[in-house]
Amino acid sequence: MTKRSFFIILTLFIALAVGFTACKKKMKDADIKAAIETALRADPMAVNTSVSVMNGVATITGECKDEASKIHCGEMVKGVKGVKDVINNCTVTPASVPVVNADDEALTRGVTDALKDHPGLKFSLREGKIVLTGEITKAKWTALKQMLDKLKPKGYDLTGVTIK
Amino acid sequence: MSTSQPLQDKYKELTNAATVGGVTNLLVREQDGVLYVDGSAPNGAIKDMLWSVYDKLDPNYLSGDLVMNVNVVSTAPVTKAKVTTERSNLNIRKGPGTDQPIVGKAAHHEIVTVVSQTSEQWWLVRTKDNEEGYAYAQYLTPEA
Repeated sequence: MTKRSFFIILTLFIALAVGFTACKKKMKDADIKAAIETALRADPMAVNTSVSVMNGVATITGECKDEASKIHCGEMVKGVKGVKDVINNCTVTPASVPVVNADDEALTRGVTDALKDHPGLKFSLREGKIVLTGEITKAKWTALKQMLDKLKPKGYDLTGVTIK
Repeated sequence: MSTSQPLQDKYKELTNAATVGGVTNLLVREQDGVLYVDGSAPNGAIKDMLWSVYDKLDPNYLSGDLVMNVNVVSTAPVTKAKVTTERSNLNIRKGPGTDQPIVGKAAHHEIVTVVSQTSEQWWLVRTKDNEEGYAYAQYLTPEA
C-alpha cells in the first residue's frame, strides 16, 4: 500500500465516521419528535399543539383548552422515550364560557332541600356564597358538599363548621 | 406563563387526577377567587377518588374556594334506582322541593322506577305501590 492510498482511505474513513455520528444525532432528535407527535396525535386533550426537539429537550407550543390539558401534555411528552426535559410553552385558551352561578332564590331553595336532613347545620347567603355554621360528621359532610356544589354557589364561608 | 393562578396551582393534583382518570368534558375555571371544576367521570370510583384528592389538598373541603361538579356519566338511561337513605324511608313529593307536600314514601333499599331525572337534585320516581312523585337524588343510587 502506498502512503498516498493510505491517506485517501484514512480520509474517507474519518469522513464516514463524522458523517455517521452527525447523522445519528440528528436522527435521534427527529425520532423523538416523531414519537412525541404520534403520542400527541393519539391524545384527545392535545389540540393544536406542535413540538420541536433539540438535543433531547422537547419544546411544546400551541394552544391548550385549559390548564389541566396543558399539564397533561407536558407530563405525557416527558414520558416519551429519549426526552430529557420539556419546555411547555403552550398557551391556555381562556375559558370562553363563564361560570353561571345560581341566583339567591334558587340557592336558598337548593340549600334548604339539601340541609333538611342535617339539622345540626344552619345557613345563610352572602353575596352568592353559602355561609354554613354548626356540626356535621365527615361522611355526611362529603355527601352534602357534593350536593351543594351542584348548585353552583360563588364559593363558601365554612369558618363556622366543625367536622366531627 | 401562568403564575397568577394560585387556585389552579393549589388544585393541580386534582385536575391532573381528573385527566388521568378519564374525566371527559373537563372544564377548569377560576372566577372571583373560586375554582370551578366540571366534568363527567367514567364511574363512581373515579368520582370518589377525586373527592379524596380534594380532601387531601383541602382538608374537609373547608376553604370554600372550590366548587366541584363531576357527575358520573351513565352509558344507559337510568330506569331503576335503589333507595340509599341511611335507614329511614324516602319521602316522595308532589313537586321538586322540600316545601312540596309528601305524596308517598319509598322504603330503605326499595327499588324504584326512575321516570325522569328532572334536575341534579330531584328525580321523578314511581314506587312499587305505584306512587309517583319527586325524590331527592342524593338518596337514589342507579341500578345497573
